Amino acid sequence: MTIDVQAATRTFLAQTEEHLVSYLEACVHCGQCADACLFYRTSGDPRHTPAYKLFPIAKAYRGQKWPLKWLGLAPKITEKDLTEWEELIFDTCTMCGRCTEVCPMGIDIASIVGQARKAFVAAGLGPADLLQAAENSRDHGSPLGLTPAKLIDRLDWLADDQEVAMVVDKAHSDVLLTVSSIEAMKYPTSLSAMAKIMTHAGVDWTFSTTGYEATNFGYLAGRGDIAKIMIQRIVDAAEKVGAKTVVIPECGHAYGVLRWSAANILGRPLPFEVLHITEYMAKLKREGRLHLKPYDTAMTYHDPCQISRRGGAAADARYILEGFATDFHEMTPTAEMNWCCGGGGGVQAIGRAADLRHKVFKIKIDQVAATGTNTLVSACANCRLTMDESKIHWKWDGGLESLVEIVAEHLDDGAAKSA
Amino acid sequence: MTLLDFARGPALTFAMAVFVLGVLWRLISLLGLPWASDKTARRIGAPSDVKAAITGFVRHMWVPKAMGQTSTFAMINGYIFHLGLAIIVFGFAQHILVLQGLFGVHWPGLPTSVISVAAIVTLASLVAALVRRVTSPVMRLISTVNDYFTWAITTAPVLTGLLAVSHLGARYETLLAIHMLTIAALLIWFPFGKLMHAFLVFLTRAETGISYGRRGVKI
Repeated sequence: MTIDVQAATRTFLAQTEEHLVSYLEACVHCGQCADACLFYRTSGDPRHTPAYKLFPIAKAYRGQKWPLKWLGLAPKITEKDLTEWEELIFDTCTMCGRCTEVCPMGIDIASIVGQARKAFVAAGLGPADLLQAAENSRDHGSPLGLTPAKLIDRLDWLADDQEVAMVVDKAHSDVLLTVSSIEAMKYPTSLSAMAKIMTHAGVDWTFSTTGYEATNFGYLAGRGDIAKIMIQRIVDAAEKVGAKTVVIPECGHAYGVLRWSAANILGRPLPFEVLHITEYMAKLKREGRLHLKPYDTAMTYHDPCQISRRGGAAADARYILEGFATDFHEMTPTAEMNWCCGGGGGVQAIGRAADLRHKVFKIKIDQVAATGTNTLVSACANCRLTMDESKIHWKWDGGLESLVEIVAEHLDDGAAKSA
Repeated sequence: MTLLDFARGPALTFAMAVFVLGVLWRLISLLGLPWASDKTARRIGAPSDVKAAITGFVRHMWVPKAMGQTSTFAMINGYIFHLGLAIIVFGFAQHILVLQGLFGVHWPGLPTSVISVAAIVTLASLVAALVRRVTSPVMRLISTVNDYFTWAITTAPVLTGLLAVSHLGARYETLLAIHMLTIAALLIWFPFGKLMHAFLVFLTRAETGISYGRRGVKI
């Protein structure tokens, strides 16, 4: 395989703007980020130190402005750099952002990893399965083969099985509901759960067969072109139905990309508001449109990184659980400080990363055990899949639940009618 | 011209010129880069950018315990030598005289005994930082020539200053000249190495604070 070092360098340098360069120049190599990283904490391998992961991009930038560049003496990234760092940039970073929090310089390492991935892919590197997931999204509508026809098929089946209207391609609608193909293929009742909640609250909503996939593997796989296509599909669908709100399902990165990156990737503000389903349920509850029967199982809540630490919506999950989950125990650390599941940032889709990912999950098992509960509720299908796989790997007996599903199972339609 | 005349004359003048022009060049070339503007919709109720920038600066002054920190020692030690250096530079009577010559303002100095204690503590703290850098596998891996050179060039003025004040090892004039030359070296290196973090920290913490603030992240 040929590795195009030039292309990698060009891609690195094409992204240099004030924020990125300040971050690259400010690192004092203090090493505080190591222990904040779930991969370093698990492996003890110094190469997993977040600051170290930025070395190639920092080197490429240093080389560009090196005073003796004209003598050919500037540092250059090499094939060896790229092959050595590929694993560090893709397999051992979930872009969870814990390292940013501990950095005395406040360097946002996670965002730089996202930018570095593009350069590795431009060089012809990157995990084949992650890249395939991105290409599947572009070519078939979703990373997991959820084509428009298959989506209709799934929704029809769910409508019958779950006895709820699954609205698709309504001409005009206030809310465009999107899906994560992980849910559609592995946890389909998550989709009907969202539909049940929408119906319960009397929301005017629809799915769309032209813009449905909320996950963005283009973004995670360093394929900026595919990232943009995936965003554009949802934006077009939302504009077509005149949606005021696009609701992102239980998927952390889907929310991160559409809520906090999409406008920048497209270069214009989005003409609708983007809410994660957690934020949307909290909004319905605040408006008095969500009536719930108590949920009595002893449980704890896992914060998806992109929704809490990097999304700012940690409080909404708590607001939903308040007065509903009667036996809720926070884990330690929690909310914005919580540990990542180990499968974010596309790591879940990288087969060769599975062993380390399972080891990383031990952190979560210990966190749950310390709460004295045995049920782990989350609001991200990607976290859930990661946790499900690791649960099997470790034969862990803990229960895994989805927030949207437990809410849907405890809707009090009687109370809604009398309200 | 004696060594001392050279040190406090042309050497320091040149070094200060390099420092000022170098820092300006670094900052202007950085701030002159394109700025990615954030087009995402700010969360309702999010703090203003100014408030978020200040919050970001303050928040990153310590490592939250819940995050897990590689070393509480490293954080405390970092504060010790930063504060120590500040006490020595701005609290020592002779330094105040030099600063008064440059900027025309002066303030009362601290007793020499306090400065001596501060210098010894700072020196010990810098040595501890170096020991950590060479003994921790993480630190060894991520350390570069820049880190070691910056350490040496920061430590040298503290050490030579202490020797000069204590009249140890050579004639006072020679020690003073060496002390001034180490300061000149530090000033010349400042814009090109990691000492620039003294300026960059205001940018990076503020920018991260703003980016998190507009998202409504409470950390």
